[in-house]
Amino acid sequence: MVPTMNESISYFIQQVINGLTVGSTYALIAIGYTMVYGIIGMINFAHGEIYMLGTYITFIVIAGLTLLGIESLPFILIAALIISMMVAGAYGFTIERVAYRPVRSSKRLIALISAIGMSIFLQNYMRLAQGSRDLAQQSIISGSWSLGTDEISVNLAYMQLIIFVITLICMVLLTLFISRSRVGRACRACSQDAGMTNLLGINTNHMIAATFVIGAMLAAVAGVLLGLYYGVVNPMIGFIAGLKAFTAAVLGGIGSIPGAVLGGLILGTAETMTGAYFSAQYKDVVAFSLLCLILLFRPSGLLGKPEVEKI
Amino acid sequence: MLLLEDIHTHYGAVHALKGVSLNVKKGEIVTLIGANGAGKSTLMMTICGDPQASQGRVIFQGEDITQKPTNKIMRNGLSVVPEGRHVFTGMTVEENLAMGAYFQSKEVKEQQEERVLNLFPRLKERFHQRAGTMSGGEQQMLAIGRGLMDEPELLLLDEPSLGLAPLIISQIFEIIQQLRETGTTIFLVEQNALKALAIADRGYVLEHGELVLQDTGQNLLANEDVKKAYLGG
Ligand SMILES: Nc1ncnc2c1ncn2[C@@H]1O[C@H](COP(=O)(O)OP(=O)(O)OP(=O)(O)O)[C@@H](O)[C@H]1O
Ligand SMILES: [Mg+2]
Repeated sequence: MVPTMNESISYFIQQVINGLTVGSTYALIAIGYTMVYGIIGMINFAHGEIYMLGTYITFIVIAGLTLLGIESLPFILIAALIISMMVAGAYGFTIERVAYRPVRSSKRLIALISAIGMSIFLQNYMRLAQGSRDLAQQSIISGSWSLGTDEISVNLAYMQLIIFVITLICMVLLTLFISRSRVGRACRACSQDAGMTNLLGINTNHMIAATFVIGAMLAAVAGVLLGLYYGVVNPMIGFIAGLKAFTAAVLGGIGSIPGAVLGGLILGTAETMTGAYFSAQYKDVVAFSLLCLILLFRPSGLLGKPEVEKI
Repeated sequence: MLLLEDIHTHYGAVHALKGVSLNVKKGEIVTLIGANGAGKSTLMMTICGDPQASQGRVIFQGEDITQKPTNKIMRNGLSVVPEGRHVFTGMTVEENLAMGAYFQSKEVKEQQEERVLNLFPRLKERFHQRAGTMSGGEQQMLAIGRGLMDEPELLLLDEPSLGLAPLIISQIFEIIQQLRETGTTIFLVEQNALKALAIADRGYVLEHGELVLQDTGQNLLANEDVKKAYLGG
């Protein structure tokens, strides 16, 4: 049966909503890549693993609280967010300390290998701790609103709205932190001219650590949100999501925070559209083709500054 | 106030400073002149611990700071305006100045900001402009202003006149003298030897990483060798 015009439009809008949902979480993860790159000029390849960690922690928190008989959804959500962010922050801090700081002044290749090593370590550590199979969690937040008129109507799941709202809050807080706070300003100074920041008496190591911690916290938020949205986790999800978010960061212009957000939203939408109109198997192909195209025609990404040259 | 004893500095195999000893007393303007590549900037940066001296001692206000990390050195009464300004181009004038007073209380910050803006009225007009879009002279003023935000006892200035129009250079030298009058000690590296020696109490001449002359500013101005090498005849 051929769908009517209105059905097609509804379907399209529905896919945009779904795409933006996934895209928001890519954006949250991509910010971590872009901030770390901005400040030390390196890609944190262990960043995707932090997202994976966030999802595991969410599952553990839900299981724990349910055992204790706590069933209030807002409480569970907030507890999962706070605990994942704290644990992920500690991991981000440690990753910088263990895998980056010791090799920061050596060749880039060495830092790259160190980061990949950290990523493999975290994957396998999770495999040992939690097993390598998929863990599934019944969705605790279900239900949706039906929006629109009789002709054109779409569904907005409660969980989708939660994802939009929390992502938006994170973005606003991050923007305020970066542009207004004293430490945020110092982080920016550090990414513009680390040597001079040091000459002003500011410990650049602290700023770099802060950047890793903030990036990790945002990735953990993404972990919580996608964990609740999809309801599955395994030790490898960080690898895929990390690759996607990294693509989003490059797409938007690595080093640019608005770029990371834009890249995440575009990538999430493009992927979802492909899944909806062609085949889900082509999702990844589209994501990476998009990356190739952008790199061919705009090597610095959509919002990247062409003159930025990091050593 | 500042004492350098037999300082040697290396960049890998390059031996940039070969046993430099000098001192700066409280309230003085001391200048260091020398040709390109003599090691002037290296000397200044060695005081800041970036790079660290490979031999010798740097003593600031009675404390041996030779081995201290740069960020610790720069927190106690020492400010530097490095060669090439190094303003934060993506930040506004206001933010750049705030970075200079990172560890100060809000009151001190406001008070210093007012002082700097009075010293450089041009910065007041540009207060919310991004530093990267300002002219070279304005950026130089900002770099000096940022250095002053921390109320330094000793201000290190590396070629503040580089690339500026004569009128602005005169202004900057006037401001350096004003700063001394308000109690800031100044160590000034300059290519513009004539102007630097004219305002300096004392001067040192650096050649190939070694000090070859030291005297009062007036005597160095009259010195035949200095005239020939640095004052154009
Ligand atoms: N980072 C570095 N690595 C290697 N060699 C360096 C480095 N910085 C300076 N040098 C070398 O050390 C010597 C002194 O340089 P320095 O910048 O101190 O000279 P300068 O007197 O400040 O010169 P100018 O008047 O041109 O600023 C030069 O021979 C220079 O090539
Ligand atoms: Mg120099």
